[in-house]
Amino acid sequence: MTTEHAQHAELTPSEYIAHHLSFNAQGVNGNTAADGFWVLHYDTLLTSVVLGLLVMGLIWWVARGATAGVPTKRQAFVELVFGFVDDQVKNIFHGNRHAFIAPAALTVFVWVLAMNAMDFLPVDWVAAIVSAFGGEHAKWRIVPTSDINTTFALALAVWFLMIFFSIKAKGLGGWIHELFCAPFGSNPLVWPANFLFNLIEYVSKPLSHSLRLFGNMYAGEIIFLLLGMWAATGLTGTVAGAVLGAGWSIFHILIVALQAFIFMMLTVVYLAMAHESH
Amino acid sequence: MNINFTLIAQAIAFAVLIWFTVKFVWPPLLSAIEKRQKEIADGLAAAQEGKSALEVAAKKSETTLNEAKQKASEIIGQAEKRAAQIIDEAKAAAKAEGDRIIAGAKAEIDQEVNRAKEGLRAQVSTLAVAGAEKILRKEIDAKTHSEMLTKLAAEL
Repeated sequence: MTTEHAQHAELTPSEYIAHHLSFNAQGVNGNTAADGFWVLHYDTLLTSVVLGLLVMGLIWWVARGATAGVPTKRQAFVELVFGFVDDQVKNIFHGNRHAFIAPAALTVFVWVLAMNAMDFLPVDWVAAIVSAFGGEHAKWRIVPTSDINTTFALALAVWFLMIFFSIKAKGLGGWIHELFCAPFGSNPLVWPANFLFNLIEYVSKPLSHSLRLFGNMYAGEIIFLLLGMWAATGLTGTVAGAVLGAGWSIFHILIVALQAFIFMMLTVVYLAMAHESH
Repeated sequence: MNINFTLIAQAIAFAVLIWFTVKFVWPPLLSAIEKRQKEIADGLAAAQEGKSALEVAAKKSETTLNEAKQKASEIIGQAEKRAAQIIDEAKAAAKAEGDRIIAGAKAEIDQEVNRAKEGLRAQVSTLAVAGAEKILRKEIDAKTHSEMLTKLAAEL
Protein backbone atom coordinates (compact mmCIF):
# COMPACT_ATOMS: atom_id res chain seq x y z
CA MET A 1 0.00 0.00 0.00
CA THR A 2 2.85 2.29 0.80
CA THR A 3 4.24 1.64 -2.64
CA GLU A 4 0.95 2.58 -4.23
CA HIS A 5 0.84 5.79 -2.24
CA ALA A 6 4.40 6.65 -3.18
CA GLN A 7 3.75 6.06 -6.85
CA HIS A 8 1.30 8.93 -6.85
CA ALA A 9 3.46 11.82 -7.88
CA GLU A 10 1.76 14.24 -5.52
CA LEU A 11 2.48 12.22 -2.32
CA THR A 12 5.77 13.33 -0.79
CA PRO A 13 7.26 11.61 2.30
CA SER A 14 6.26 14.49 4.53
CA GLU A 15 2.69 14.28 3.24
CA TYR A 16 2.70 10.54 3.93
CA ILE A 17 3.80 11.06 7.50
CA ALA A 18 1.52 14.03 8.00
CA HIS A 19 -1.42 11.97 6.77
CA HIS A 20 -0.61 9.18 9.19
CA LEU A 21 -0.18 11.59 12.05
CA SER A 22 -3.38 13.60 11.63
CA PHE A 23 -6.38 12.96 13.81
CA ASN A 24 -9.92 12.36 12.76
CA ALA A 25 -10.86 15.67 14.34
CA GLN A 26 -14.31 17.20 14.26
CA GLY A 27 -15.67 20.22 15.95
CA VAL A 28 -18.30 19.96 18.70
CA ASN A 29 -20.50 22.45 20.47
CA GLY A 30 -21.21 24.43 17.31
CA ASN A 31 -17.55 24.66 16.35
CA THR A 32 -17.10 23.88 12.66
CA ALA A 33 -13.33 24.34 12.47
CA ALA A 34 -11.07 21.37 13.13
CA ASP A 35 -8.92 23.22 15.65
CA GLY A 36 -9.32 25.12 18.89
CA PHE A 37 -10.56 23.58 22.12
CA TRP A 38 -14.03 22.44 21.06
CA VAL A 39 -12.77 19.62 18.91
CA LEU A 40 -13.02 15.88 19.42
CA HIS A 41 -10.53 13.33 18.12
CA TYR A 42 -13.01 10.65 17.19
CA ASP A 43 -10.26 8.14 16.36
CA THR A 44 -8.58 8.49 19.75
CA LEU A 45 -11.83 8.47 21.65
CA LEU A 46 -13.45 5.57 19.85
CA THR A 47 -10.35 3.37 19.78
CA SER A 48 -9.62 3.92 23.45
CA VAL A 49 -13.21 3.42 24.59
CA VAL A 50 -13.61 0.26 22.51
CA LEU A 51 -10.30 -1.08 23.84
CA GLY A 52 -11.23 -0.17 27.40
CA LEU A 53 -14.60 -1.89 27.13
CA LEU A 54 -12.96 -4.88 25.46
CA VAL A 55 -10.18 -5.51 27.98
CA MET A 56 -12.05 -4.57 31.14
CA GLY A 57 -15.13 -6.40 29.86
CA LEU A 58 -13.01 -9.46 29.26
CA ILE A 59 -11.60 -9.33 32.77
CA TRP A 60 -15.05 -8.65 34.17
CA TRP A 61 -16.46 -11.63 32.30
CA VAL A 62 -13.75 -13.87 33.79
CA ALA A 63 -14.08 -12.29 37.25
CA ARG A 64 -17.84 -12.88 37.28
CA GLY A 65 -17.33 -16.61 36.85
CA ALA A 66 -14.25 -16.80 39.08
CA THR A 67 -14.14 -19.78 41.39
CA ALA A 68 -12.04 -20.31 44.47
CA GLY A 69 -11.39 -23.86 43.33
CA VAL A 70 -9.10 -24.99 40.54
CA PRO A 71 -9.07 -22.06 38.08
CA THR A 72 -9.45 -22.39 34.33
CA LYS A 73 -6.54 -21.25 32.18
CA ARG A 74 -8.47 -18.08 31.38
CA GLN A 75 -9.02 -17.33 35.04
CA ALA A 76 -5.43 -18.23 35.88
CA PHE A 77 -4.23 -15.70 33.33
CA VAL A 78 -6.45 -12.96 34.73
CA GLU A 79 -5.30 -13.88 38.22
CA LEU A 80 -1.72 -13.60 37.04
CA VAL A 81 -2.36 -10.01 35.94
CA PHE A 82 -4.29 -9.37 39.14
CA GLY A 83 -1.48 -10.76 41.28
CA PHE A 84 1.15 -8.80 39.40
CA VAL A 85 -0.66 -5.49 39.90
CA ASP A 86 -1.63 -6.32 43.48
CA ASP A 87 1.99 -7.15 44.38
CA GLN A 88 3.25 -3.86 43.00
CA VAL A 89 0.61 -1.89 44.88
CA LYS A 90 1.22 -3.84 48.08
CA ASN A 91 4.89 -2.87 48.05
CA ILE A 92 4.16 0.83 47.63
CA PHE A 93 0.88 1.54 49.39
CA HIS A 94 0.23 0.31 52.92
CA GLY A 95 -3.37 1.31 53.46
CA ASN A 96 -6.47 -0.54 52.31
CA ARG A 97 -5.42 -0.92 48.70
CA HIS A 98 -8.44 -3.00 47.71
CA ALA A 99 -10.82 -0.09 48.20
CA PHE A 100 -9.51 2.00 45.32
CA ILE A 101 -5.82 2.16 44.48
CA ALA A 102 -5.26 -1.45 43.41
CA PRO A 103 -8.30 -1.65 41.10
CA ALA A 104 -7.39 1.75 39.68
CA ALA A 105 -3.86 0.50 39.03
CA LEU A 106 -5.26 -2.57 37.28
CA THR A 107 -7.43 -0.37 35.07
CA VAL A 108 -4.52 1.90 34.20
CA PHE A 109 -2.16 -0.96 33.44
CA VAL A 110 -4.52 -3.03 31.33
CA TRP A 111 -6.04 -0.11 29.46
CA VAL A 112 -2.75 1.64 28.71
CA LEU A 113 -1.20 -1.66 27.69
CA ALA A 114 -4.05 -2.32 25.25
CA MET A 115 -3.84 1.21 23.81
CA ASN A 116 -0.06 0.99 23.47
CA ALA A 117 -0.37 -2.40 21.81
CA MET A 118 -2.25 -0.82 18.91
CA ASP A 119 1.20 0.27 17.80
CA PHE A 120 1.80 -3.31 16.61
CA LEU A 121 -0.86 -3.02 13.94
CA PRO A 122 0.83 -2.30 10.58
CA VAL A 123 0.41 1.44 10.02
CA ASP A 124 -0.49 1.16 6.36
CA TRP A 125 -3.03 -1.61 6.91
CA VAL A 126 -4.88 0.62 9.29
CA ALA A 127 -4.70 3.43 6.73
CA ALA A 128 -5.93 1.09 3.98
CA ILE A 129 -8.87 -0.18 6.01
CA VAL A 130 -9.85 3.38 6.97
CA SER A 131 -9.55 4.49 3.35
CA ALA A 132 -11.71 1.58 2.25
CA PHE A 133 -14.49 2.74 4.57
CA GLY A 134 -14.07 6.50 4.70
CA GLY A 135 -12.47 7.49 1.41
CA GLU A 136 -8.87 8.23 0.49
CA HIS A 137 -8.51 11.21 2.79
CA ALA A 138 -10.07 9.62 5.87
CA LYS A 139 -7.76 9.79 8.87
CA TRP A 140 -7.50 7.43 11.78
CA ARG A 141 -4.75 7.41 14.43
CA ILE A 142 -4.96 3.93 15.87
CA VAL A 143 -2.71 4.46 18.93
CA PRO A 144 -4.68 6.49 21.49
CA THR A 145 -1.66 6.91 23.78
CA SER A 146 0.22 8.76 21.03
CA ASP A 147 -2.44 11.46 21.36
CA ILE A 148 -1.38 13.87 24.08
CA ASN A 149 -5.02 14.38 25.02
CA THR A 150 -5.22 10.78 26.22
CA THR A 151 -2.06 10.82 28.29
CA PHE A 152 -2.94 14.23 29.74
CA ALA A 153 -6.44 13.06 30.54
CA LEU A 154 -5.10 10.10 32.47
CA ALA A 155 -2.38 12.09 34.18
CA LEU A 156 -4.77 14.89 35.15
CA ALA A 157 -7.32 12.41 36.47
CA VAL A 158 -4.58 10.90 38.61
CA TRP A 159 -3.55 14.43 39.63
CA PHE A 160 -7.04 15.25 40.85
CA LEU A 161 -7.23 11.93 42.65
CA MET A 162 -3.89 12.76 44.25
CA ILE A 163 -5.23 16.04 45.61
CA PHE A 164 -8.48 14.38 46.64
CA PHE A 165 -6.70 11.65 48.60
CA SER A 166 -4.28 14.18 50.07
CA ILE A 167 -7.18 16.19 51.47
CA LYS A 168 -9.05 13.05 52.49
CA ALA A 169 -6.07 11.68 54.41
CA LYS A 170 -4.90 14.93 56.06
CA GLY A 171 -7.93 17.18 55.96
CA LEU A 172 -8.10 20.45 54.04
CA GLY A 173 -6.14 22.25 56.76
CA GLY A 174 -3.53 19.56 56.84
CA TRP A 175 -3.11 19.70 53.09
CA ILE A 176 -2.73 23.48 53.03
CA HIS A 177 -0.38 23.27 56.01
CA GLU A 178 1.72 20.80 54.06
CA LEU A 179 1.77 23.07 51.02
CA PHE A 180 3.49 25.77 53.07
CA CYS A 181 5.40 23.82 55.73
CA ALA A 182 6.92 20.93 53.81
CA PRO A 183 9.63 20.04 53.02
CA PHE A 184 11.79 22.78 54.64
CA GLY A 185 9.93 23.30 57.93
CA SER A 186 7.20 25.47 59.40
CA ASN A 187 9.17 28.70 59.89
CA PRO A 188 7.17 31.52 58.18
CA LEU A 189 10.39 32.64 56.48
CA VAL A 190 10.52 29.46 54.41
CA TRP A 191 6.80 29.42 53.56
CA PRO A 192 7.35 30.93 50.08
CA ALA A 193 10.15 28.48 49.35
CA ASN A 194 8.00 25.56 50.49
CA PHE A 195 5.04 26.70 48.47
CA LEU A 196 7.16 27.22 45.37
CA PHE A 197 8.68 23.79 45.85
CA ASN A 198 5.27 22.14 46.15
CA LEU A 199 3.92 24.12 43.22
CA ILE A 200 6.73 22.86 40.99
CA GLU A 201 6.08 19.34 42.23
CA TYR A 202 2.37 19.57 41.51
CA VAL A 203 3.04 20.92 38.02
CA SER A 204 5.84 18.54 37.14
CA LYS A 205 4.05 15.40 38.25
CA PRO A 206 1.28 15.33 35.61
CA LEU A 207 3.69 16.66 32.97
CA SER A 208 6.30 13.96 33.44
CA HIS A 209 3.57 11.37 33.94
CA SER A 210 1.82 12.12 30.65
CA LEU A 211 4.70 13.26 28.45
CA ARG A 212 6.79 10.16 29.16
CA LEU A 213 4.08 7.86 27.80
CA PHE A 214 3.15 10.19 24.96
CA GLY A 215 6.77 10.67 23.87
CA ASN A 216 7.55 6.98 23.81
CA MET A 217 4.47 6.02 21.85
CA TYR A 218 4.71 8.95 19.44
CA ALA A 219 8.37 8.21 18.72
CA GLY A 220 7.58 4.54 18.20
CA GLU A 221 4.87 5.43 15.71
CA ILE A 222 7.18 7.74 13.76
CA ILE A 223 9.86 5.04 13.52
CA PHE A 224 7.25 2.66 12.11
CA LEU A 225 6.23 5.30 9.56
CA LEU A 226 9.82 5.93 8.53
CA LEU A 227 10.41 2.21 8.08
CA GLY A 228 7.16 1.91 6.14
CA MET A 229 8.22 4.73 3.86
CA TRP A 230 11.28 2.74 2.86
CA ALA A 231 9.02 0.49 0.83
CA ALA A 232 8.58 3.35 -1.63
CA THR A 233 12.16 2.89 -2.86
CA GLY A 234 11.49 -0.51 -4.42
CA LEU A 235 11.85 -4.22 -3.60
CA THR A 236 15.12 -3.92 -1.66
CA GLY A 237 13.71 -1.12 0.43
CA THR A 238 10.51 -3.08 1.06
CA VAL A 239 12.44 -6.13 2.29
CA ALA A 240 14.78 -4.03 4.40
CA GLY A 241 11.84 -2.05 5.78
CA ALA A 242 9.97 -5.27 6.59
CA VAL A 243 12.96 -6.81 8.38
CA LEU A 244 13.73 -3.68 10.37
CA GLY A 245 10.05 -3.15 11.02
CA ALA A 246 9.83 -6.64 12.49
CA GLY A 247 12.89 -5.91 14.63
CA TRP A 248 11.44 -2.63 15.84
CA SER A 249 8.13 -4.36 16.58
CA ILE A 250 9.88 -6.94 18.73
CA PHE A 251 11.79 -4.23 20.56
CA HIS A 252 8.57 -2.26 20.82
CA ILE A 253 6.94 -5.10 22.78
CA LEU A 254 9.29 -4.11 25.57
CA ILE A 255 8.49 -0.41 25.25
CA VAL A 256 4.72 -1.00 25.11
CA ALA A 257 4.74 -3.16 28.23
CA LEU A 258 7.31 -1.07 30.04
CA GLN A 259 5.53 2.23 29.44
CA ALA A 260 2.22 0.75 30.59
CA PHE A 261 3.98 -0.56 33.68
CA ILE A 262 5.71 2.76 34.37
CA PHE A 263 2.45 4.65 33.94
CA MET A 264 0.76 2.32 36.44
CA MET A 265 3.65 2.53 38.90
CA LEU A 266 3.69 6.32 38.81
CA THR A 267 -0.07 6.37 39.34
CA VAL A 268 0.33 4.15 42.39
CA VAL A 269 3.31 6.09 43.71
CA TYR A 270 1.55 9.46 43.36
CA LEU A 271 -1.62 8.18 45.03
CA ALA A 272 0.39 6.50 47.79
CA MET A 273 2.42 9.66 48.39
CA ALA A 274 -0.81 11.62 48.75
CA HIS A 275 -1.69 9.44 51.75
CA GLU A 276 1.57 10.12 53.55
CA SER A 277 1.95 13.18 55.70
CA HIS A 278 5.22 15.03 55.90
CA MET B 1 -0.92 17.90 18.81
CA ASN B 2 -3.26 20.49 20.26
CA ILE B 3 -5.07 20.01 23.53
CA ASN B 4 -8.83 19.93 23.02
CA PHE B 5 -12.10 18.52 24.23
CA THR B 6 -10.80 14.98 23.67
CA LEU B 7 -8.97 15.41 26.96
CA ILE B 8 -12.21 15.86 28.89
CA ALA B 9 -13.85 12.97 27.08
CA GLN B 10 -10.91 10.68 27.75
CA ALA B 11 -10.85 11.67 31.41
CA ILE B 12 -14.53 10.76 31.68
CA ALA B 13 -13.90 7.43 29.97
CA PHE B 14 -11.02 6.81 32.36
CA ALA B 15 -13.16 7.63 35.40
CA VAL B 16 -15.93 5.31 34.21
CA LEU B 17 -13.45 2.49 33.62
CA ILE B 18 -11.93 2.93 37.07
CA TRP B 19 -15.37 2.98 38.67
CA PHE B 20 -16.30 -0.17 36.77
CA THR B 21 -13.13 -1.95 37.89
CA VAL B 22 -13.50 -0.86 41.52
CA LYS B 23 -17.14 -1.90 41.58
CA PHE B 24 -17.39 -5.02 39.44
CA VAL B 25 -14.00 -6.43 38.47
CA TRP B 26 -11.79 -6.27 41.52
CA PRO B 27 -14.08 -7.60 44.30
CA PRO B 28 -14.99 -10.99 42.72
CA LEU B 29 -11.39 -11.66 41.73
CA LEU B 30 -10.15 -10.67 45.17
CA SER B 31 -12.68 -12.81 47.00
CA ALA B 32 -11.98 -15.83 44.77
CA ILE B 33 -8.24 -15.51 45.29
CA GLU B 34 -8.49 -14.89 49.02
CA LYS B 35 -10.84 -17.83 49.43
CA ARG B 36 -8.45 -20.09 47.54
CA GLN B 37 -5.52 -18.80 49.61
CA LYS B 38 -7.43 -19.67 52.76
CA GLU B 39 -8.31 -23.10 51.41
CA ILE B 40 -4.69 -23.79 50.54
CA ALA B 41 -3.55 -22.62 53.96
CA ASP B 42 -6.16 -24.85 55.62
CA GLY B 43 -5.12 -27.76 53.44
CA LEU B 44 -1.47 -27.31 54.35
CA ALA B 45 -2.36 -27.10 58.04
CA ALA B 46 -4.45 -30.27 57.74
CA ALA B 47 -1.59 -32.03 55.98
CA GLN B 48 0.77 -30.99 58.76
CA GLU B 49 -1.69 -32.27 61.32
CA GLY B 50 -2.04 -35.55 59.48
CA LYS B 51 1.71 -35.88 59.31
CA SER B 52 2.13 -35.46 63.04
CA ALA B 53 -0.78 -37.83 63.71
CA LEU B 54 0.91 -40.38 61.47
CA GLU B 55 4.13 -40.00 63.44
CA VAL B 56 2.30 -40.57 66.73
CA ALA B 57 0.53 -43.61 65.30
CA ALA B 58 3.81 -45.02 63.98
CA LYS B 59 5.42 -44.60 67.38
CA LYS B 60 2.45 -46.22 69.08
CA SER B 61 2.40 -49.16 66.70
CA GLU B 62 6.10 -49.68 67.31
CA THR B 63 5.61 -49.79 71.08
CA THR B 64 2.67 -52.14 70.72
CA LEU B 65 4.66 -54.38 68.42
CA ASN B 66 7.55 -54.49 70.86
CA GLU B 67 5.21 -55.32 73.71
CA ALA B 68 3.60 -58.08 71.70
CA LYS B 69 6.99 -59.50 70.78
CA GLN B 70 8.05 -59.50 74.40
CA LYS B 71 4.84 -61.14 75.48
CA ALA B 72 5.12 -63.76 72.76
CA SER B 73 8.66 -64.67 73.74
CA GLU B 74 7.56 -64.86 77.36
CA ILE B 75 4.73 -67.21 76.44
CA ILE B 76 7.01 -69.35 74.32
CA GLY B 77 9.51 -69.57 77.20
CA GLN B 78 6.77 -70.57 79.59
CA ALA B 79 5.43 -73.15 77.16
CA GLU B 80 8.86 -74.63 76.66
CA LYS B 81 9.37 -74.83 80.38
CA ARG B 82 6.01 -76.43 80.83
CA ALA B 83 6.67 -78.93 78.05
CA ALA B 84 9.97 -79.92 79.63
CA GLN B 85 8.20 -80.29 82.94
CA ILE B 86 5.49 -82.47 81.42
CA ILE B 87 8.07 -84.65 79.71
CA ASP B 88 10.00 -85.04 82.96
CA GLU B 89 6.84 -85.90 84.82
CA ALA B 90 5.84 -88.41 82.16
CA LYS B 91 9.28 -89.94 82.29
CA ALA B 92 9.16 -90.22 86.06
CA ALA B 93 5.65 -91.70 85.96
CA ALA B 94 6.65 -94.20 83.30
CA LYS B 95 9.70 -95.19 85.25
CA ALA B 96 7.68 -95.63 88.44
CA GLU B 97 5.07 -97.64 86.58
CA GLY B 98 7.74 -99.78 84.98
CA ASP B 99 9.41 -100.37 88.31
CA ARG B 100 6.08 -101.26 89.84
CA ILE B 101 5.29 -103.69 87.06
CA ILE B 102 8.72 -105.27 87.32
CA ALA B 103 8.41 -105.57 91.11
CA GLY B 104 4.95 -107.14 90.76
CA ALA B 105 6.25 -109.56 88.19
CA LYS B 106 9.19 -110.48 90.37
CA ALA B 107 6.94 -111.03 93.37
CA GLU B 108 4.62 -113.20 91.32
CA ILE B 109 7.56 -115.19 89.97
CA ASP B 110 8.85 -115.71 93.52
CA GLN B 111 5.41 -116.75 94.62
CA GLU B 112 5.12 -119.20 91.73
CA VAL B 113 8.55 -120.60 92.47
CA ASN B 114 7.66 -121.03 96.11
CA ARG B 115 4.36 -122.63 95.22
CA ALA B 116 6.07 -125.05 92.86
CA LYS B 117 8.65 -125.80 95.52
CA GLU B 118 5.86 -126.47 98.02
CA GLY B 119 4.08 -128.74 95.55
CA LEU B 120 7.27 -130.58 94.73
CA ARG B 121 8.11 -130.95 98.38
CA ALA B 122 4.66 -132.36 99.09
CA GLN B 123 4.90 -134.72 96.18
CA VAL B 124 8.46 -135.83 97.11
CA SER B 125 7.42 -136.47 100.65
CA THR B 126 4.43 -138.46 99.46
CA LEU B 127 6.65 -140.35 97.06
CA ALA B 128 9.20 -140.98 99.81
CA VAL B 129 6.55 -142.15 102.16
CA ALA B 130 5.03 -144.37 99.48
CA GLY B 131 8.48 -145.81 98.66
CA ALA B 132 9.36 -146.37 102.25
CA GLU B 133 6.00 -147.93 102.85
CA LYS B 134 6.59 -150.37 100.06
CA ILE B 135 10.04 -151.23 101.38
CA LEU B 136 9.29 -151.36 105.01
CA ARG B 137 5.68 -152.43 104.84
CA LYS B 138 5.41 -153.82 108.33
CA GLU B 139 8.02 -152.13 110.24
CA ILE B 140 7.05 -148.69 109.58
CA ASP B 141 4.01 -147.17 111.10
CA ALA B 142 2.72 -144.34 109.03
CA LYS B 143 1.58 -142.54 112.02
CA THR B 144 4.72 -142.72 114.01
CA HIS B 145 6.98 -141.84 111.22
CA SER B 146 4.94 -139.24 109.43
CA GLU B 147 6.46 -136.47 111.55
CA MET B 148 9.90 -137.48 110.57
CA LEU B 149 8.91 -137.79 106.95
CA THR B 150 7.35 -134.33 106.90
CA LYS B 151 10.56 -132.91 108.33
CA LEU B 152 12.46 -134.70 105.61
CA ALA B 153 10.18 -133.33 102.93
CA ALA B 154 10.67 -129.80 104.29
CA GLU B 155 14.42 -130.17 104.05
CA LEU B 156 14.28 -131.13 100.38
